[in-house]
Amino acid sequence: MQPAQRAFAGWNMIHPRVLDHTDSILPGMIPDESELSAGVRIVPGRRYGFFTDTSLCIGCKACEVACKEWNLLPADHIGLTGMSYDNTGSLSATTWRHVTFVEKIRGADGRRVSILKPFQSDWLMMSDVCKHCKNAGCVDACPTGALFRTEYDTVVVQQDICNGCGYCVPSCPFGVIDLNLYDGKAHKCTLCYDRLKGGLEPACAKSCPTDSIQFGQVEELQIRAQKRVAALHKLGVRNAYLYGVPGSPGATCDIDSLNAFFLLLDRPEVYNLPTAPVLPAARVPEGLALGMLTMAGLGLAAAMCFLQGRRK
Amino acid sequence: MPSLGASFGRGAATTAQWDIANANCVMIMGSNMAEAHPIAFRFALQAKEKGATIIHADPRFTRTSALSDIYAPVRAGSDIAFLGGIIHYLLENDLWFKEYVLNYTDMANIVEDDFRDASELDGLFSGWDPMTRSYHIDSWQYKGEMARSELAEHYAQTSMARSETFKPGTPGNPPTDPTLQNPKCVYQILKRHYAAYTPEMVERVTGCPKETFLQVAETLARNSGRDRTTAWCYAVGWTHHTTGVQMIRAAAIIQTLLGNIGRPGGGILALRGHSSIQGSTDIPTLYNLLPGYLPQPKTNAPHSSLKQYLETETAETGWWANLPKYAVSLLRAWYGDHARSDNEWGYQWVPKITGDHSQLPMTLAIRNSTIRGLLLIGQNPVIGGHNTHLLRMALPNLEWMVVRDIFENEAASYWYKSPEVERGELRPEDIKTEIFLLPAALPGEKEGTFTNTHRLIQWHDKVVDPPRDSRSDTWFVYHLGRRLKNLYADSVDSKDDPIKNLTWDYGTQGPLDEPVVEAITKEINGYTWPDRNQIAGFADLKDDGSTACGCWIYTGVYPTNDHNQARSRKNDGPDGPGTHLGWGFAWPANRRILYNRASADPDGKPWSEAKRYVWWDETARQWTGYDAVDFQLDKRPDYQPDWPAEPKGMEALSGKVPFIMLSTGKACLFVPAGLRDGPLPTHYEPVESPTANPLYAQQDNPAAKKWSLPGNTYHAVADSNYPYVITTYRLTEHHSGAIPTRMVPSTAELQPEGFAEIPPELAAEKGIENLDWVVISTARGAIETRALVTDRLRPFEIAGRRVYQIGMPWHFGWQGYATGDIANTLSAIVGDPNTTIHEGKAFTCNLRKGRLRAGT
Repeated sequence: MQPAQRAFAGWNMIHPRVLDHTDSILPGMIPDESELSAGVRIVPGRRYGFFTDTSLCIGCKACEVACKEWNLLPADHIGLTGMSYDNTGSLSATTWRHVTFVEKIRGADGRRVSILKPFQSDWLMMSDVCKHCKNAGCVDACPTGALFRTEYDTVVVQQDICNGCGYCVPSCPFGVIDLNLYDGKAHKCTLCYDRLKGGLEPACAKSCPTDSIQFGQVEELQIRAQKRVAALHKLGVRNAYLYGVPGSPGATCDIDSLNAFFLLLDRPEVYNLPTAPVLPAARVPEGLALGMLTMAGLGLAAAMCFLQGRRK
Repeated sequence: MPSLGASFGRGAATTAQWDIANANCVMIMGSNMAEAHPIAFRFALQAKEKGATIIHADPRFTRTSALSDIYAPVRAGSDIAFLGGIIHYLLENDLWFKEYVLNYTDMANIVEDDFRDASELDGLFSGWDPMTRSYHIDSWQYKGEMARSELAEHYAQTSMARSETFKPGTPGNPPTDPTLQNPKCVYQILKRHYAAYTPEMVERVTGCPKETFLQVAETLARNSGRDRTTAWCYAVGWTHHTTGVQMIRAAAIIQTLLGNIGRPGGGILALRGHSSIQGSTDIPTLYNLLPGYLPQPKTNAPHSSLKQYLETETAETGWWANLPKYAVSLLRAWYGDHARSDNEWGYQWVPKITGDHSQLPMTLAIRNSTIRGLLLIGQNPVIGGHNTHLLRMALPNLEWMVVRDIFENEAASYWYKSPEVERGELRPEDIKTEIFLLPAALPGEKEGTFTNTHRLIQWHDKVVDPPRDSRSDTWFVYHLGRRLKNLYADSVDSKDDPIKNLTWDYGTQGPLDEPVVEAITKEINGYTWPDRNQIAGFADLKDDGSTACGCWIYTGVYPTNDHNQARSRKNDGPDGPGTHLGWGFAWPANRRILYNRASADPDGKPWSEAKRYVWWDETARQWTGYDAVDFQLDKRPDYQPDWPAEPKGMEALSGKVPFIMLSTGKACLFVPAGLRDGPLPTHYEPVESPTANPLYAQQDNPAAKKWSLPGNTYHAVADSNYPYVITTYRLTEHHSGAIPTRMVPSTAELQPEGFAEIPPELAAEKGIENLDWVVISTARGAIETRALVTDRLRPFEIAGRRVYQIGMPWHFGWQGYATGDIANTLSAIVGDPNTTIHEGKAFTCNLRKGRLRAGT
């Protein structure tokens, strides 16, 4: 019961400022509330994101509901998919957090498991979200400037500027951004841009009962995540790794790193994530060369036709 | 909950949710904690972060299992065999915490000579009366004691007059044999009783592989003792059985043997329902209790006068010697100035019960037209009740029915939308019942308190007014009472006195005339009479009419006229002890861990530095610690009662015994009274089972409440027409009966349709593919649903035979966006003998591919 005993991890310890708010009625918003709930102040000019630690995820989908409630998003599809407990299927223009369920109850010998690895295992659950890439394909593709990088280094679509051209949709290597059938515009997670401006952590992270979704400054989250992986390895969870930190799967090509990155327990494909995502811009040189080569070929052909015609 | 009451003295969770974080091992059984109590599960994961082992024993591999270190598969309804196996393992290998057990429990007590154990009588205990299907409990007593029942939650009523079982008691504590050699001492009885519960037998009965079982038992033993503690969590996965009370009792025995009660990171966390279920037993909606676990007066007990009631129910020794103070203060709160010393403080206005008036028999009483009117407040029995086809066919017998809910639920719409109407079994035009649907308010639309799973009372404020005609339940009950009082104001008939004399002066506020909820909370807390000054603790309550108190255990929640402790949100902060005594109010007396005297050794010293919690401070000459001490503050650890002086009440308890609500102060490993189906948990098969009981000739709980009536027939043992085990449950995506979530698109889409979970092996046998339509049937009814074929369910090898088990969420219905057939159409009306709780967690059924509805 000594404080030292309760210090299970520095970042999710009780913040001293909780002692300033001791009644069920508050006079107003708590200034910098995110400091109490996530241990971080939100300051423009710094880089914020999510560390989604699937080893702590219980698949409750509170993140999906909190996201839809805060962002006033409609239900996508009401019907049983038969894919374990996943009935929302994928991220979309109206589903900005999506929990994937993968049942792997049988071990390598085909028998169902009883002795499990520490933390989540054998029924994999992962709350997927827009990655807010350091170098984002969607931003590069947007011809109107509707997609922009905010003062928190997150990627947001400005709805009043988006013209619904849809170039961003194939430009996202993760298949995140999508057009909404109702207004024809592109939509995706804003990392709760409005909440960040009010000093609140994003709705999904705040609602997560087990802190599987952690919000914070990306550099700090990356250090925390590296420590978490090391701790899991020590406990025998050798399959834990990070997806989306520099030099890891998910951060390939020129993406560099993902502001929303993950701790995964199986290959990325198992979670429907690309192992080596590629930005469309990276294909420009070869595309350009190929295009020029084609043009040259066509030109040559045309010239030959022209020359042959003249010979007749 | 009667099991925790009978074992420890109070029928409630012994620990606080956040204390789970201090456990070295968290054992979850009878609960899908991650799904049903995700916030509480946060603390289990915090314990995991610090290196704890998490164990989940369950018929299904659930989201809780996925986060565990050991998953032990057990066939639904076989839990006592598993738990009995653990008790056997601890005793055989001498792994119990001797100093704790010998000082704080009845381990050395000697039981009456004529006691016969279930191991001798093939599953029955001595005292069984086959005519009344109940036990005479004389032979279960500690030697020389009279049959006395501690007052506890779900106080057990014996079918015989209680005075018949009384005999003169001996002064002082019951005789003991500290050497544990006496064949009639509790230790020897326990050893004999559980001798057959070997690891091999556990595998045979539960289907859990022996190696996995041993791993669980070994982990529990390793993580208990002076330096380490194990916490247990259970929920309705245990209570919803005909043996539910004894399952919890078995956990109580294990936790006591391991010395885990009353200590940080230990205890038994009864994970209770979200809808303030703890609160609704404290201030009970139960028919057999008055607020604060005082027994409801009965016609078949010596309760005809207040004097007689108090004489019968007041314990000689222990805390319950104070019962008259709580009973008289309650009467004063209810009847105000009408309560006088010369009219028994209005005792005769309190209704006396004549039998079992709980929900299951009520269903049958509706069918028999014994009940003619029904008020449903926050209750949707058409899906949440049992044998709901029978119920739907019975409801038209009502003359009137009032449904209060936030949406039109299935109870309010059965008369035109149910499958019975679809099939032509009910015709709306023939239903004469007048049905009223009254819109209720959501939590954010009203203020008041919730009492959560660890007895913590927390105030919540109103955010917005409820829309249009919606009103809070408090508004409804208050104004109903007000109108009834107006209606009977001029009556001279004495039968109307209970209404006429009721104090009903809470006052109203705001444009909606909402009653002042804080006035109700103040009355529940208690105040002086007649000047109404708030009382700070229940020690100040009196039996002379000078105090009024609506629920004595809640005293302290509103301790002064201007302080509502339930409102307080004072966290301990990063440097505090982490008991958060400033956050809300936990009954009794704001204690977070009950029986916390047991966190110190008999001399009052912490068992270890790592588990320091409450201890005796010799310089201050009082008990101190991180929590509100659950003991007399100034009672020295070496205090001994002066037996020749015939001490009463707390004076009769020594300075060593932590379980002050029990008359001996010692936890009951062996329960002499208070439970109707035996002093020790014994494995009985569910009433509907795929197998004969491998342990005894006695097949199922002999005292189970059965109503074998037309429309409610039970399947035979290993009935080949109904070969599969079925278990029912909720999903985390839906709340309670899912009325709040099925009606909201963004929650409905998460689990949008009913389904049955089927193991692939069974699906292959039946030619069922994922998402196929299947029909599930029992003798009570049939439903169609979609198949979810999953490895998370598995076949079991039970007594040498393969047994399949399927699972089905029960909270779907025809209303809202997320719909599905009602699983409780299949279940039977059958109940635990102590609580009359149904057996929705384990019964048998048939399964086929296809559809039920014609033309589909």
